[in-house]
Amino acid sequence: MVKNAAIEALSFEEALGELETIVRTLETGQSPLEQSINAYERGIALKKHCETRLREAQAKIEKIMVGKDGNLSTQPLDESE
Amino acid sequence: MYSSLKDQGAVIDAVCWKGTLAKIDLKPEEGLEVICTGRISTFPQRSNYQLIVESMELAGEGALLKMLEERRKKLLAEGLFAPQRKRPIPFLPDVIGVVTSPTGAVIRDILHRLSDRFPRHVLVWPVLVQGEQAAAQVAAAIRGFQSLPAHGLPRPDVLIVARGGGSLEDLMGFNDEGVVRAIAESKIPVISAIGHETDTTLADYAADLRAPTPTGAAEMAVPVRAALAQQILEYEQRLASGMNRFLAESRHRLEARSAGLGDPARLLEAQVQRLDHLGDKLSGLFGRFIEVKRSALVEIAGALVRPQERLREAEKALSRWGEQLGAVGVKLLQDKDRDLKHAGKMLEAYSFENILQRGFAVVRDGEGALIMDAARAGGPGASIEVQFRNDGRLRAQVSGSVKGQKDAPLKKPVRDKEFGGGQTSLF
Repeated sequence: MVKNAAIEALSFEEALGELETIVRTLETGQSPLEQSINAYERGIALKKHCETRLREAQAKIEKIMVGKDGNLSTQPLDESE
Repeated sequence: MYSSLKDQGAVIDAVCWKGTLAKIDLKPEEGLEVICTGRISTFPQRSNYQLIVESMELAGEGALLKMLEERRKKLLAEGLFAPQRKRPIPFLPDVIGVVTSPTGAVIRDILHRLSDRFPRHVLVWPVLVQGEQAAAQVAAAIRGFQSLPAHGLPRPDVLIVARGGGSLEDLMGFNDEGVVRAIAESKIPVISAIGHETDTTLADYAADLRAPTPTGAAEMAVPVRAALAQQILEYEQRLASGMNRFLAESRHRLEARSAGLGDPARLLEAQVQRLDHLGDKLSGLFGRFIEVKRSALVEIAGALVRPQERLREAEKALSRWGEQLGAVGVKLLQDKDRDLKHAGKMLEAYSFENILQRGFAVVRDGEGALIMDAARAGGPGASIEVQFRNDGRLRAQVSGSVKGQKDAPLKKPVRDKEFGGGQTSLF
């Protein structure tokens, strides 16, 4: 578990993994109150971060065109070709 | 390429022009069993028939598989398929690069499955997946993705190299050594999905993950968004319920502990009572204490002498001592006067002693007054006193005057230790 890491810098997988760890820890109820509250707050922040990453799911399909000079460009892929 | 083709009983020269050779899928080598198609021509200088090869393929699947197995062993020996070379596939890639034909079922399957699971940014690098140029294009596409990010294009987090099912010959481009090396060298993790599940190409060996189908590759590339959302929701609920349960338990524990504390008012009552009791005792003790101190004070005050009496006694003592002091003062003055006179005489006597020591003498008249001139000494018979050093004194009588200054009068020594009178006049 990456403690105190900036949540924004976490990948989706890291954030989800840490959220799971926090959930499990909190469910045992073994931590002191203050620590539990901190863990809860971080859990909520991690959940928001994960949700944001999920909302970013947008399809963008591009076809790469290789120019004569080797430069690359793209155009939308027409699947009906 | 000039070569000879032979079977059990015959041999014929074969020529394969460079342009043709490039189009041939296989790499001709010594001992390879091939089927060649071409036309017969003659080479006039040697009067020989020769075959101008237009296409060449391996004779029979067994031979082809044998060649592939040898190539696989060679690349395996190089370590290109080693498990430690495999890179992990990212859990949730932002950009997916796909190397395949831009048309056909394969790319459609991949895109559909991606959008079903987790829509992503997909970059398709279009290539021929069959034919002589397929291998070179696939290898170039894989290498091309390594050069990103560039030209405003993001770098993919994962690559999918895909092709639909086909015959062994159709898939030969993915057995190409160049394609295998491009996949093995890729810095971006590669998922291969070539042909059907039963077809395994050398590219599959080199890939970091092998998918059975193009659809399978899409499933391996991204998680299911809805499932993740569900999982996050579940975590959120567990987080909340875990926290609530923890808080409830904490509250319960707190209440149990506080019950054990007892009623604070009652605790206080006992203390108040104790305080009152002690207060009563204290005030009684204080009264007694004051009483004791007061009687002690009276006792001490009784022993005190009144100041007026002390003053009167002091006055009496003062006047007594004053009288005594007056008497002493008078006596002291008298003594000091006598001492002073004595000292005066001594001073006068010593004032000219040094001159007397050098042989001079002092002459005084009968009254003790100094005689400085002979004329003042009086006529013959006048009594004079001569004083020498160390207070030696003679009484003498003037016998007469002498001509000239240095005529000493006749002296008749009379020892007299006493000072003459009138000397106090010096003071």
